[in-house]
Amino acid sequence: MSESKTTNVEVRVPSRMGFEKVAMSTAAAVAKLMGFREDRIEDLKTAVAEACINAIEHGNRLNEKLSVGVVLSASADKLEVKVIDDGKGAKTEPGKVHKPDIDRKMHGEEDPRGMGMFLIQSLMDEAEWVAGANGNSSYVRLVIRLDKEAA
Amino acid sequence: MQSETKASVEQLTSPAGNPVAVLRFEGDIASTSKDAVLGTYQALPKGTSLVLLDFTKVDYINSSGIALVIQMLIEASNSGQKVFAFGLSPHFTKVFTMVGITKYAGLYAGQAEALAAL
Repeated sequence: MSESKTTNVEVRVPSRMGFEKVAMSTAAAVAKLMGFREDRIEDLKTAVAEACINAIEHGNRLNEKLSVGVVLSASADKLEVKVIDDGKGAKTEPGKVHKPDIDRKMHGEEDPRGMGMFLIQSLMDEAEWVAGANGNSSYVRLVIRLDKEAA
Repeated sequence: MQSETKASVEQLTSPAGNPVAVLRFEGDIASTSKDAVLGTYQALPKGTSLVLLDFTKVDYINSSGIALVIQMLIEASNSGQKVFAFGLSPHFTKVFTMVGITKYAGLYAGQAEALAAL
């Protein structure tokens, strides 16, 4: 892969559960070409899957007439992934992503679900949720950086 | 489009002589896996006290799938059962640890190690 410019790959998947795996595989393939370590590729796959699931389920409300756009931008030292839906954007501010409390979940005080944003933020070097203008085309921007050893 | 979750149950005895119900999962574990995960667990014989979850053949688990595992742990805890798991990839071992599941279910690399702990 060229070291002097950004290479872009775009994928558009239907808003149907399961199709996040297409985006996962594409992101993994790009990351492998860039020389990311296997463990970081697994982190990326999970983060992209969770972002797509949120876009499918919450952003596009499982409306199969809408699609989720995934734009991968590979540069010399990082891979940026944008997952774009037609929703109004995440209700949680990026700096306030809820950390799941397993004790509260086990005691019925917190929904067992709702861990996607936490996983995204924990597994990626950067995660930013951006609400679209006019209530649509919101996206989450993920960044994973290449270690110098892997470059 | 999710790969269907297959589930099966095998009754084993631990080296210590304790009966153990092993729930073996295969494929993806996602929001569509409720019947396979919770349904299989809920069908275990009454009196089951030790439960072992086999994730060796699980390819993909998302946060909805993890939520189903947590729901199972809640029911197990309410029933006084102990739950252990094995066969998770290093990545999903890390993810399960991140969300705190290890506090309620011991994770082991393989079946032999898990059974030895029971």
